[in-house]
Amino acid sequence: MLQKLYDWIDERVDITPIWRDIADHEVPEHVNPAHHFSAFVYCFGGLTFFVVVIQILSGMFLTMYYVHDIENAWRSVYYLQIDVAHGQIVRGMHHWGASVVIVMLFLHTLRVFFQGAYKKPRELNWMVGVLLFFTILGLGFTGYLLPWDNKAYFATQVGLEIAEQVPLIGPEIKTLLAGDPDIVGAQTLSRFFAIHVFFLPGALFALMAIHFILIRRQGISGPL
Amino acid sequence: MHKGKGMKFVGDSRVSAERKSNIPKDYSEYPGRTEAFWPNFLLKEWLVGAVFLVGFLTLTLAHPAPLEGVADPTSSSYIPLPDWYFLFLYELLKYQFASGPFVLFGILVLPGIAFGALLLAPFLDNGPGRRPHQRPVAVTMMLLAVASVVWLTYESASVVNWEERAEANKPIHPDEMTVDTSHPGYEFYEANCMTCHGGNLEGTGAGPALLDTEKTAEEIATIAREGIGGMGPNMFQGSDEELEKLVDFIVSSKQDGE
Repeated sequence: MLQKLYDWIDERVDITPIWRDIADHEVPEHVNPAHHFSAFVYCFGGLTFFVVVIQILSGMFLTMYYVHDIENAWRSVYYLQIDVAHGQIVRGMHHWGASVVIVMLFLHTLRVFFQGAYKKPRELNWMVGVLLFFTILGLGFTGYLLPWDNKAYFATQVGLEIAEQVPLIGPEIKTLLAGDPDIVGAQTLSRFFAIHVFFLPGALFALMAIHFILIRRQGISGPL
Repeated sequence: MHKGKGMKFVGDSRVSAERKSNIPKDYSEYPGRTEAFWPNFLLKEWLVGAVFLVGFLTLTLAHPAPLEGVADPTSSSYIPLPDWYFLFLYELLKYQFASGPFVLFGILVLPGIAFGALLLAPFLDNGPGRRPHQRPVAVTMMLLAVASVVWLTYESASVVNWEERAEANKPIHPDEMTVDTSHPGYEFYEANCMTCHGGNLEGTGAGPALLDTEKTAEEIATIAREGIGGMGPNMFQGSDEELEKLVDFIVSSKQDGE
């Protein structure tokens, strides 16, 4: 039955090459922890991706309750945390995922660095990876404000004051992020929400796609 | 792949009428014990992912995500602190060479060099050798950078009393912030304690919330006289009778209505 359904779709759309392109690749011995336990260091990149998926899914559920205005932001988070069934778990996953993804990313970066895996011909993928690192730090910075509690508010204020001190374009950067040259308030929350939920995830998806396509084209780096 | 004449299509579409085989490639001639990702390796990877997820969910269940009180932009006593992975940058700005007149060094030059070098690492370290001992400069720089980040993060985090911070900033819903101002002890609270413990006993950066304190009346009375932690002695300077009213006010304001 399933096979017939697959054949029916395949005859019309020719989907076999599409998913074979993704699924058909070799896993060399030196990256396989089943053969060499020390190869677990190759897991960090995959675990980073896994946590990013957790962040996307939990974040999607959080937006079902979260309200990005200064009157209700904190109340909606409080409600989610206290009253919504399993809300505490979903928010907990998003909160801890934000930290775990940084840890995994850090370990993945160190693995690639100390193995010299960024050398020719993989320079471009290293740079895409560093841009991914910056994007995820940006997601961490913008997401920190959203619960609109004291630690969020004052950390963001400090962050924006630091941005303001950049010569020439500092005040413009601050206004762009905060929505106002002086006030950290309703506009700031809306902008950080938009950046956190639309702009940066867009960049994240594009960069991840390039990262993975390049890995598939170049193959994983050989053993040292 | 078939090219040129004789190609057959499904209907008038561009989909080839010839079905391709669906057998995984043969990796047996690859060096070493190479394995197919699909489905052999994916099954093992899935198990690692499941174990990781169990650990992650355990962490989530054991430590609920923190939430502090609703943002109060007028608060002047709150000590800001970024999330832990920005602490090293925050700590850097406390050094004399990276603050005040040299702040650009702290916010642009040093992070710019560090992250710029990270981004351009393949071009700075462009020798052919991949092993760490073949590129001592790059490896040393990275080890120094990692050590600095770890040290700065530790320096920044170790001086913070995280438990006290969490205790002082417990989330209290704005609708529930009501105190009985007609209570005889309120005037003494207002005069002696409110500056640090907040107008509604909700706590401020300088003192913890008293709304849900677990201390007994005797303990509260002792603390008001003798102080505790960062709270100095003789904060309350009224008579014993006034102290009794004050303690009664704090105890009666407990949220669970004890």
